[in-house]
Amino acid sequence: MQASSKPGLSVNIATNTGAAGQGHLASLPMRMTISKVNFYYGSKQILFDINMAIADKRVTALIGPSGCGKSTMLRAMNRMHETVHTSRLEGEIQLDGQNILAQDVTTLRRRVGMVFQRPNPFPKSIFDNVAYGLRINGIKGSTSEMVEKSLRRAALWDEVKDHLYKSAYDLSGGQQQRLCIARALAVEPEVLLLDEPCSALDPISTAKIEELLVELKNLTTIAIVTHNMQQAARVSDFTAFLLTGQLIEFNPTPQLFTTPSDPRTEAYITGRFG
Amino acid sequence: MSASVKWRRLVSNFMLTLTGVCAVVSVSVLFFILGYLVYNGGTSINWAFFTQLPTPVGETGGGMANAIVGSAKLLMAASLLGVPIGFLGGIYLAEFSGSAVASVVRYAADLLNGVPSIVMGIFAYSIVVLPFKHFSTLAGAFALGLMMIPITLRSTEEFLGGVPRYLREGAMALGASKWKTIATVVVPAAYRGILTAILLALARVAGETAPLLFTAFGNRYWSEGWGQPTASLPVMIFTYAVSPYDDWHRQAWAAGLVLLGLILIINILARTILSRGIAVPRS
Repeated sequence: MQASSKPGLSVNIATNTGAAGQGHLASLPMRMTISKVNFYYGSKQILFDINMAIADKRVTALIGPSGCGKSTMLRAMNRMHETVHTSRLEGEIQLDGQNILAQDVTTLRRRVGMVFQRPNPFPKSIFDNVAYGLRINGIKGSTSEMVEKSLRRAALWDEVKDHLYKSAYDLSGGQQQRLCIARALAVEPEVLLLDEPCSALDPISTAKIEELLVELKNLTTIAIVTHNMQQAARVSDFTAFLLTGQLIEFNPTPQLFTTPSDPRTEAYITGRFG
Repeated sequence: MSASVKWRRLVSNFMLTLTGVCAVVSVSVLFFILGYLVYNGGTSINWAFFTQLPTPVGETGGGMANAIVGSAKLLMAASLLGVPIGFLGGIYLAEFSGSAVASVVRYAADLLNGVPSIVMGIFAYSIVVLPFKHFSTLAGAFALGLMMIPITLRSTEEFLGGVPRYLREGAMALGASKWKTIATVVVPAAYRGILTAILLALARVAGETAPLLFTAFGNRYWSEGWGQPTASLPVMIFTYAVSPYDDWHRQAWAAGLVLLGLILIINILARTILSRGIAVPRS
């Protein structure tokens, strides 16, 4: 198993460097732009004047040590931070040129999906988990076709097609996470946010999800938070390095990892702290 | 071995024996009551008990068909009052209210739960019986329903509160509104616990006598509709047990067994329902 998943990984790295080498950040269309974002929990400031953008149909990684605010930044992108009452966001986040803070939050979250650190399937069958988003959003069309399509996109179909009506909890952790990705993909989000999606998974499951992410970027725009720098290097086209709530560096991934422009980035990626 | 170690061993063995004996005593009390009830009730129960009305005083035989139906009607109407109020109130408490409101309501519910059942009876008497100038099934169900509210409310709140945050976030991240998240994910994830608690509340009020004494009162005949006084198993047990007739004592035992049987059936039903569906795994 270990050996067979390795070639896949090395291919990923190769395609990545190729893709990111094609264009610099400024020349790409942006799906989301984050301008002058300051974020607070109560009186504690978590993010300081963040400016960055999420390129269309690319993978953008947010890296940094624990507590640097990378998850907070990600959660603000579909306003999941609002579930915490003391949170406060200043600045502007735009999706396709429109301020997300002025939009209906349920519509926004349908357009900007999220996958969490810990696989969180609902206590329902595999089928019902994927169909959930379609049903609550009243999406028309054949539910079973869309469920199959989403499961195929999440590379889970072959493993579950014979027991779609079994409990989602019968799946392994890695399968559960791919189910959550399928569930998010079912409503065809324009942007998919992933908050350390592999941190609770074993290396083989992690490799599968990384492979999946690289394929998914043809379909949707991806932003991923990871504490694993190798993962960011493997899957992403652009990387943002955050430190104590500040955006230190935001560059194409190969550039950030080979010739970082800030000494703090270099110190972090070479393992001097974090 | 030093003296202090010997002493500690002695104390340890003594306490171990003491706790063991206490555990055995508490369990054996339960089994003694059950055994005594099954023995006395089992020898007194017959088909007529389920199918016939009570006989006039002095005649032997007859049954408590009207009391069995009466109890069923009381419990049904009580659930219709107590379960929706308690359940919806529990949802509000767990999901919408601030912590200040929640703690006040929670405290009030605990107080309500602690109100002696006879006081519930007096309350129902003055609110329902006096204005209508009638003992009735509805008045009895009102008293029992009030008693179900705090149990249902508190358990709903507790089980909803126990639904992990990550499930709610999963639903909200797919574009579910708060209300939809509660209805389609949170409540389904908690329904087993809530249902169990409701059935336990039902089993508890099924055996209540005091609130029925001056609300549902009693009836030696069939009670038609909801506005008439009605017989119920606990009140029949009370009336028959304090009577001077041996045959009535026999029937009181039988009624006790039937009541126990009903509660057992409710419990088994609950377990059957709970064994279906998908539970959130404990982590």
